[in-house]
Amino acid sequence: MAMRTIFGSLEDHTQGDAEIISGSVKHYVFSNMFAVAAKSAPYEKVVVAKNLEYVMEAIRAEGTSPWFACSHDEFVIDMDGDVTIEFVKLNEPNAVAPRDREGTVAVSGEPAGRRMGTIELKRGHQALLPAGAAYRFTAARPGVLLMQTILGPLSVQKWADICMHPQTEGVLA
Amino acid sequence: MALAMDLVRSSEPDPINGYRSFELGEFKLTRDAYFATVDWPAKGQRHIHKLPIDYFLRAMMRDVAWGFFYGWVNFDHIFGTKNLYGTVEMYAGRYNEAYHLAGLSYVETFDEPVIMATFKAILADWVNAGFDPFAAPEETSTSVFGPKNGNNFEAIERTRLNTQRMPGVAGDSPLRDEAAYPINRHFLDVPQDDPVVRAEPGFEDQLSAFNLFKYLSRSDVTWNPSVTGVCKASLACPTTEEFILPVFHGNDRVEWFIQLSDHIVWDVQDKETGRPRAMITMRAGDVAAMPADIRHQGYSPKRSMLYVWENATPGLPDRYESGELPVYPVEF
Ligand SMILES: [Fe+2]
Repeated sequence: MAMRTIFGSLEDHTQGDAEIISGSVKHYVFSNMFAVAAKSAPYEKVVVAKNLEYVMEAIRAEGTSPWFACSHDEFVIDMDGDVTIEFVKLNEPNAVAPRDREGTVAVSGEPAGRRMGTIELKRGHQALLPAGAAYRFTAARPGVLLMQTILGPLSVQKWADICMHPQTEGVLA
Repeated sequence: MALAMDLVRSSEPDPINGYRSFELGEFKLTRDAYFATVDWPAKGQRHIHKLPIDYFLRAMMRDVAWGFFYGWVNFDHIFGTKNLYGTVEMYAGRYNEAYHLAGLSYVETFDEPVIMATFKAILADWVNAGFDPFAAPEETSTSVFGPKNGNNFEAIERTRLNTQRMPGVAGDSPLRDEAAYPINRHFLDVPQDDPVVRAEPGFEDQLSAFNLFKYLSRSDVTWNPSVTGVCKASLACPTTEEFILPVFHGNDRVEWFIQLSDHIVWDVQDKETGRPRAMITMRAGDVAAMPADIRHQGYSPKRSMLYVWENATPGLPDRYESGELPVYPVEF
């Protein structure tokens, strides 16, 4: 019998559940990235996992994003939809995203530098967002990106809104 | 390594079943047709514990492949290892409340090369031809049982990729060769298209993307993370899972799971005592933390894609153990 692999999407996702024997479901900081992105503004960088300064962000891709840059490598996985990324090699990367600053920063106006090219992502594809490059996303239809980066000025933390509580449906306590 | 190999203490093959037995400090490890037996001294006598041999070898294979991993690798509720990074503790009953309170637990610390060489020698001797401890049970042979019957060095000596940034980036670890890594039988419906990279002249080596789901669909191992994204000490370690994680992993730091496809049920227990804490079912798109004070074992009825996310910052175990860092990653 053929196996069917189940991926999630904005339109079709089902969060799992938690049976708590001792402690609280809050200890597991349990969310679903598609449910998060379904309620997000376009390109809002909602933190869904945080390990000290490091974060994973769920991002709703919709329309064209502002330009972003970062002093270190970041990685993005397309979890739903088609997304194109444009890249510009910054003439002065340290002026836009200083080396001592971590996380994604906004580029004001158009990035100054040479066009590096584009990457077209479909579901399951991962791209490197290299340090020192400006980048922006375009998605004709809403999609979801998962970004591996460091907590920065654009990161949004709203844990109480996105995570399972002891009262949440699906929590068996 | 030659020196460490010389420190492996093993017997001659058993005249009946053909397997060697091994000693590490005061521990003795033997196998027969169906079981691995661990014995250790406590309260003036030897105590024994038995594990099914297939289960034991799957656990030991992970311990070796992961280089003793982060923190605790509990083979089961009695036996396991704790990574002290340079040295490794081996224990029996130490993290089982009943054994420990009864004074029957035993712990001994070994230099990492010595315990690693011993574990590799055990795998080399105890894994029979046809049995792959990395494979799901349905994919491999039951030749693990019975008397000694050849070996399978190829399965136990897979080389580990050392990724600096991301697989497929210029000068970094390669993507999986399509001929050598066929699509797994559970992932035949996973699209195999590649991202379209249009680099301007001169930037060909700087733009990089790959199909992560395709990459995972061709993994020939289960419960064996490999690095696909390095952001300073933040390591993306996705893996494909089927059947049961052959160990209870005890965290010496917080780690996170992001379920990419299908579902896994996690049995979460207290790290110190083994008391049950939670059963967490994670479905596609779910994100959950595994706190620094728990151990967990996963069950995956269909091969699934799990994105394990680790923080490799040096010195974290001490900072959690001292209470400097909270065991739960987020307060809300
Ligand atoms: Fe783990």
